[in-house]
Amino acid sequence: MSENTDYTAYETGAPVVDTKAPAGPVAERWDTRRFEAKLVNPANRRKHTVIVVGTGLAGGAAGATLAEQGYHVVQFCYQDSPRRAHSIAAQGGINAAKNYRNDGDSVHRLFYDTVKGGDFRARESNVHRLAQISVEIIDQCVAQGVPFAREYGGLLDTRSFGGVQVSRTFYARGQTGQQLLLGAYQALSRQIAAGNVEMHARTEMLDLIVVDGRARGIVARDLITGHVDTYFADAVVLASGGYGNVFYLSTNAKNSNATAIWRAHRRGAYFANPCFTQIHPTCIPRSGDHQSKLTLMSESLRNDGRIWVPKAHGDTRPPAEIPEDERDYYLERIYPSFGNLVPRDIASRAAKNVCDEGRGVGPGGQGVYLDFADAIRRLGRDAVEEKYGNLFEMYERITAENPYEVPMRIYPAIHYTMGGLWVDYDLQTTVPGLFAIGEANFSDHGANRLGASALMQGLADGYFVLPSTINDYLARNPHHDDIDASHPEAVRAVAETNDRLERLLAVDGDRTPDSFHREIGELLWEYCGMARTEEGLRKALGRIPEIREEFWHRIKVPGTGQELNQSLEKANRIVDYLELAELLCLDALHRTESCGGHFREESQTEGGEAERRDEEFSYAAAWEFAGTGRAPVLHKEALEFAYVHPTQRSYA
Amino acid sequence: MRLTLRVWRQRDADTPGAMVTYDIDDISEDMSFLEMLDTLNEKLILRGEEPVAFDHDCREGICGACGVVINGDAHGPERTTTCQLHMRHFDDGDTVDVEPWRAGAFPVVKDLVVDRSAFDRIIGAGGYISVPTGAAPEAHATPVPKADADFAFEHAECIGCGACVAACPNGSAMLFTSAKVNHLNVLPQGAPERETRVLDMVSAMDEEGFGGCTLAGECATACPKGIALPSIAAMNKEWLRATRKASRR
Amino acid sequence: MALATRTDRRPSLTRSLWGSTVGKKTVMAVSGLIMLMYLVAHMLGNLKIFFGSGEFNTYAHWLRTMGEPLLHYEWALWGVRVVLLAAVVLHGVAAYQLSRRDIRARPSKYVHKRRRASYATRTMRWGGIILALFIVWHLLDLTTLTVNENAQPGRPYENVVATFSTWYGNVIYLVAMLAVGLHVRHGFWSAAQTLGMGNARRDRILKTLANGLALVLTAGFVSVPVAVMTGVVG
Repeated sequence: MSENTDYTAYETGAPVVDTKAPAGPVAERWDTRRFEAKLVNPANRRKHTVIVVGTGLAGGAAGATLAEQGYHVVQFCYQDSPRRAHSIAAQGGINAAKNYRNDGDSVHRLFYDTVKGGDFRARESNVHRLAQISVEIIDQCVAQGVPFAREYGGLLDTRSFGGVQVSRTFYARGQTGQQLLLGAYQALSRQIAAGNVEMHARTEMLDLIVVDGRARGIVARDLITGHVDTYFADAVVLASGGYGNVFYLSTNAKNSNATAIWRAHRRGAYFANPCFTQIHPTCIPRSGDHQSKLTLMSESLRNDGRIWVPKAHGDTRPPAEIPEDERDYYLERIYPSFGNLVPRDIASRAAKNVCDEGRGVGPGGQGVYLDFADAIRRLGRDAVEEKYGNLFEMYERITAENPYEVPMRIYPAIHYTMGGLWVDYDLQTTVPGLFAIGEANFSDHGANRLGASALMQGLADGYFVLPSTINDYLARNPHHDDIDASHPEAVRAVAETNDRLERLLAVDGDRTPDSFHREIGELLWEYCGMARTEEGLRKALGRIPEIREEFWHRIKVPGTGQELNQSLEKANRIVDYLELAELLCLDALHRTESCGGHFREESQTEGGEAERRDEEFSYAAAWEFAGTGRAPVLHKEALEFAYVHPTQRSYA
Repeated sequence: MRLTLRVWRQRDADTPGAMVTYDIDDISEDMSFLEMLDTLNEKLILRGEEPVAFDHDCREGICGACGVVINGDAHGPERTTTCQLHMRHFDDGDTVDVEPWRAGAFPVVKDLVVDRSAFDRIIGAGGYISVPTGAAPEAHATPVPKADADFAFEHAECIGCGACVAACPNGSAMLFTSAKVNHLNVLPQGAPERETRVLDMVSAMDEEGFGGCTLAGECATACPKGIALPSIAAMNKEWLRATRKASRR
Repeated sequence: MALATRTDRRPSLTRSLWGSTVGKKTVMAVSGLIMLMYLVAHMLGNLKIFFGSGEFNTYAHWLRTMGEPLLHYEWALWGVRVVLLAAVVLHGVAAYQLSRRDIRARPSKYVHKRRRASYATRTMRWGGIILALFIVWHLLDLTTLTVNENAQPGRPYENVVATFSTWYGNVIYLVAMLAVGLHVRHGFWSAAQTLGMGNARRDRILKTLANGLALVLTAGFVSVPVAVMTGVVG
């Protein structure tokens, strides 16, 4: 399977245009679109089947809402229950422009903050709609019984988050994602019990079935019996999350994967802005080669902790023995005005730089200190405990170090992917009938996501946007021919899937799936992680096809395909990572500007800050698949900013 | 460190299983219990043997996917989930028994993987508030006293891992069911379905074949989220109240 | 368009109670508390033995004339007996059915065994069986006097002394009273939980009350055979 084609010699095709976004004032566009969209007669809805893949915030909310509207929903998740999707791990909170604090917040301000926070690479119409809907989400979740934090008067409490000047983040202790997800899961469970949703847990989508240019179904594998089956519908909704796990070590769940969106991409859906990946600066560093995932610690720790490394290279003394004048509080030194509170991407890159210089601390030198000694001296231990007690406890459980006595060690980790399947205003991909919602699409966060916005977008898409826009597609395509498993496209998709699984089982090589996953992840982290260079990206792009080749000769998957086989599941996901990694690097290579989560060392100001290049890159890059290892085709969607005018960030 | 692992291996639901012994060295005390199993599995794969199947996902202690019985304790010796248990709680040379959750309502699927879908059906029977999307009133329309909101939250923390059932000598799901009943029944939003919820969820729980509660208290000891035993008493109270009201109609 | 997901048809109160695990536990809790109240009264009555044969036998006779002249001779006593019988039967049948269900709900045991729960909790089932057998013997011994070799009708004081003059009488009684203590210790607290009276704040009070009741009942009952054995009563 060697590829001789030059993957980087991509061509630029016709621009991709969002034909669904209405014109007019941004604040009226959502109303306009809802009015212009065709509706499906309630009596006819039960004749339509919609497939939803994934049961996170977006998928769970969409499945429940579509079923409430009367559609027949067939839903899938790879977990054993629709309650476990990784949305559950979100800690911080959810933004909404309620302005309960009377602190000057408004829909327009949330819109403005999100466009600006996304470093001017998101669509204004989408972001404004998100800000409008944020208000309804809180109402919906409270009515479902989500136990948000409340004040003594019985009203909802809010806090400020991620350096925003207004207090608009609603939260449920450190478990906001869990509580919101359980709300969606409960609504979904109600519809499952009522027979309106046919739920297939432990069933993983492995391919998309496209008939006459329309998404008509999926190929999915029952993870218990191993049986590969086909499911058909009038529309397919992917709510399968992001692709952060291509990096192997990330804060994603172990089984989160990119197969659903990548297979859709292979079947014609454009993949937009894959290089926009978010790195979170305060994760617990890896403790050794056995590390299987990384755990996030709330960003709020940076409010009181001071970040430092030793001044000397290779200084292995315990932190307490390093005198004050031999410590480098590098963020305070480089960014005197913002200090330890610089944005996520800047803090992450600075940590990488000092570690690359050989001044990192802890096992493998991949960590920096986050020191609370000053805060404890200043505020007292009790005050620190009150603020951060649960985080300190979590840290101690994982590392066995007491952060009250020894400085914490932190290191950045991949956390969220802003890129994803390209969708129009209706959240429809370039394959008619195929929709992508939540982290699976690319739409709302541009090049960088603000804190507490992921939950907002997932629920906005699932509860409100998709259930309104999908009607239009279903109403305009009313009479699909009934198709079944004997349709040539279905037969082909199943055969390809079975063939792939059988090949994986047949190689019988000498390397485990995890060893390949780790290798591709380390390569990406090195060359397409926090700071990217042309040289590094070209190196990675040279290496990926070699790993892919080696994979198909050396992978070892024990067992059979007709049973629960977790090695086979992993190996099959890696097949897709090995292709996605290539596109990720190519997208990073082609975007020779720095913006948001994407930092190209070649594009920085004299002060070392990210430099955006709006004249050349004010577009979303939507890539069309052209075959494994073949150069994809780039389609640009030009971005216009009529309301929020691009400015350069500065934190020095 | 070196360990002797005795792991329950079972090909599928219909084949009887048995404990199989594995000696494993090069275990670091910084590994989580699941990373220790990963290490074992990597070795098994390279030896051409099938790795041990176990459920896991977030590895942050919140999704509720993981859970095995370690030396007779659900989730092992610490009060946390299996993914957050670290090997430093074991000693070099220890023998560690690893078994799946055992309960009639949780049949073994393979090795350490069990079928917990009964929990989903209990939730489907009434563990929700019926509010179709778009039908919600303004969030501040109904204030909720902080004490009630906190009570609801403490019960809503349940991650549905099933440790309570695994630890219960009767394989009872009372703690799981009571957590959801209490979460929703204390809130004003949950009031219209307060009686039907508890009656339907309890009968769904019974239909799934879970055992009854003998207040042994093992569930609350095993619960990684600290849902306390009085949760069950609170649900009993709700059930009696609902039964009284239903019989008067 | 959300379809209704429930019906509002409900079974009768009796069927709700007997048809669910929580309901059956309620039956056990109520019947258990009835028996517990009886035990307290019974124990107090027993203590009259320390005031001599006359007072004890008069008390025993009063149990039969209780409620006169409104009630006929022994009516009240039979009333108590019927209620107790119902309580014992309901308690026993519910316990049997729940136990069978519990055992079915845990078909395979853990290979790695560990001692769990408190002794009182673990011994509820065996303790219950021991108590059921004891009740049968106790009735045959001191009510019908069938197995009491030296029994004389109408002379309860002497009959009690006769029973506790045999080694087996003492052994059976002492074992049973220990079982009563353990059973009450977990049973009272458990019944409170089942009836929804437990909460985090009340838990300590309920546990203390359960322990106190268990201790007082056991001590009160055991004091009689001990007194006979040591010659204080004879």
